[in-house]
Amino acid sequence: MRTLFSLMLLAAPLPALAALSIFACEPEWAALAKELGADKVSVYTAAGALQDVHRVEARPSLIARARGANLLVCTGADLEVGWLPLVQSQSANPAIRPGQPGYFEAADFVELIEKPARLDRALGDLHAAGNPHLHLHPRNIADVAAGLGSRMAQLDPKEGAHYRQRTEDFLQRWQQATARWEKEAAPLKGLTLVVHHRDLAYLVAWLGMREVGSLEPKPGLPPSSAHLAELLARLKQEPAKAVARSAYSDPRPAEWLAQRAGIPAVALPYTVGGSDRAKDLFGLYDDTLARLLAIPR
Amino acid sequence: MFRSMGCAMAFAMAAVPAHAQDAAQLKQLQQRVERLEAQTKARGQSAFNPDISLILQGTAASLQRDPETYQITGFAPSGGEVGPPRRGLSLAESELVMSGNVDPYFAGKLVAALTPEDELEVEEAFFSTLALGRGLTLKGGRFLSGIGYQNEIHQHAWDFQDAPLAYKVFLGGRLNDDGLQLRWLAPTDFFLELGTEAGRGRSFPATDPNKNGAGAWSLFAHVGGDGWRAGLSYLRVKPNERAFEDIDALGGATTQAFSGTSRLWIADVVVKWRDLKLQGEYFRRRESGDLAFDDSAGSGAFGALTDAYGSTQSGWYAQAAYRVLPQWRAGYRYDRLEHGDVSNGIVDNGLGPTAADFPLLMTEHNPTRQTVMVDWSPTEFSRVRLQVAQDKSRAGVTDGQIVLQYILSLGAHGAHSF
Repeated sequence: MRTLFSLMLLAAPLPALAALSIFACEPEWAALAKELGADKVSVYTAAGALQDVHRVEARPSLIARARGANLLVCTGADLEVGWLPLVQSQSANPAIRPGQPGYFEAADFVELIEKPARLDRALGDLHAAGNPHLHLHPRNIADVAAGLGSRMAQLDPKEGAHYRQRTEDFLQRWQQATARWEKEAAPLKGLTLVVHHRDLAYLVAWLGMREVGSLEPKPGLPPSSAHLAELLARLKQEPAKAVARSAYSDPRPAEWLAQRAGIPAVALPYTVGGSDRAKDLFGLYDDTLARLLAIPR
Repeated sequence: MFRSMGCAMAFAMAAVPAHAQDAAQLKQLQQRVERLEAQTKARGQSAFNPDISLILQGTAASLQRDPETYQITGFAPSGGEVGPPRRGLSLAESELVMSGNVDPYFAGKLVAALTPEDELEVEEAFFSTLALGRGLTLKGGRFLSGIGYQNEIHQHAWDFQDAPLAYKVFLGGRLNDDGLQLRWLAPTDFFLELGTEAGRGRSFPATDPNKNGAGAWSLFAHVGGDGWRAGLSYLRVKPNERAFEDIDALGGATTQAFSGTSRLWIADVVVKWRDLKLQGEYFRRRESGDLAFDDSAGSGAFGALTDAYGSTQSGWYAQAAYRVLPQWRAGYRYDRLEHGDVSNGIVDNGLGPTAADFPLLMTEHNPTRQTVMVDWSPTEFSRVRLQVAQDKSRAGVTDGQIVLQYILSLGAHGAHSF
């Protein structure tokens, strides 16, 4: 056994090909890290684009990847509370623990909305810090990008100029795109939607749309037939133009309601990779707006 | 965090071109960051409290056979709480869990179980290191051993109400020794983890030796990928006078005690694919040493005898759980133990007791059990489960078991371990 120990102690970390090895919790942050780091970073994504981020498990592959990561880029605000603490402790990598520069939480750089006034699980699966699905507001992406670019420069000072230049470039392109999106999306103001989960709240707020109901009776609870029937009755009084859901969610409840209410069911990509066109963050917003603009008004 | 925010600020200033519009945006951003910092500071001392969670459980059971008579024939009793739950309505263990970081170097966790018999039991109380680096983690105290797959999973997170027969017979339900554990995670994209434990040997299969040094040693290796994990584990203990009671051929009470070496191998595999979870483990135990037999409290026909004893016994289970609907799962488990080879010198020398005087050890019975379950989890904090089992643990006896169970968790969010 002694030889086993010495073997264990001798094994040195394998050299990473890129300067910064980034472990992104969600695809949107993987896409952002690639924008800011380009060829100087290698990026691994924990959650799939069509996976419910609340349901991720601390898979062995995640633990192995986190072991060699220099930087974890996650949403925070307890979105990953079910699995990330396990990955952080089991990967035995002190650099990526909470409070270390190697742990980046997007929520630190954004003002969250929908902070619960009352913290009680009787009200559903609430996040104490506020709604964590923050990446569907372009201003939040810009704020997080500024924070992330600076964090990457801090962790890899040799390439600092590279990250700064890329971030500056990204922010400029993002700003132009945001201006274009806001112009294009002007007709969406006041559009009434039924949503599946509270994961589109930032998008709804940004575009001035109006949410008239949600398929989930309470955050995190799957739609029940009783609740859907009640929602259908409510839509007779206060009609909505469409039922919107994120690509990862079960399509059936949205389709059930849409069919009976005589309105379209729209699947939005939600994150990078959620649809064919959502290849990067720009594509994600382009496709999301295109799908919303296709709703007959 | 504040420092990094500061950096973000400084950098944001450098990064954004200095148009008037940008300056205004920058000011907004600055104000927002300041507001957020102020909020973070306002949390105060209570943030230093450990995370607390509470698990409440209870069962309603209907059993064909009296659980007091439960035994796994053909195997030495493990002394653990291995029987089915009490008949009728009863409270199960309530678990109180507290955990947190001690300082930059250590984290700590306590799992205390309040038993329905009004006892307080320490299931786990351990520290683990935070900053060793190089993929190493050292754990110390009392903890669920890393051997096998299910051993490290708390009972409330199991897919069935009770432990597989192999866990009951080879580990007394589970192994949570007092000791030290060192784990090493290989620096590869492929998951490879090696670990070793030195324990006191406070419970079955050991006998809590009163000696300096360790009474139980284990080694384990796990490999895994995106939706699977497999492992191989080894546990070695030296039980001394591991005693249990039995009834001889005449109906008289006997005591038997094993002293020697016990070696246990476990191979485990778990696969998760979409809504399906498959899990199986194979156990193989070799024991060699001496068996003491004493019937002086019963018939007194032979008195106290000791002779060589050796056994090679094995067992396995395989189970599947499938998420049928978002809140509903169904599962099936098959358990089987192999009595294997048992050589008992007291019987073999032909001068005294016969195999019939060792019904627990020498009955060539291969226990089996089939279990089906359906559970409903309205949220990830609550679960109600119905489980039906056909249990052939006792030789020649089939027990039908129906158990309804609730598991509720309050407080800090539980972890989705793989």
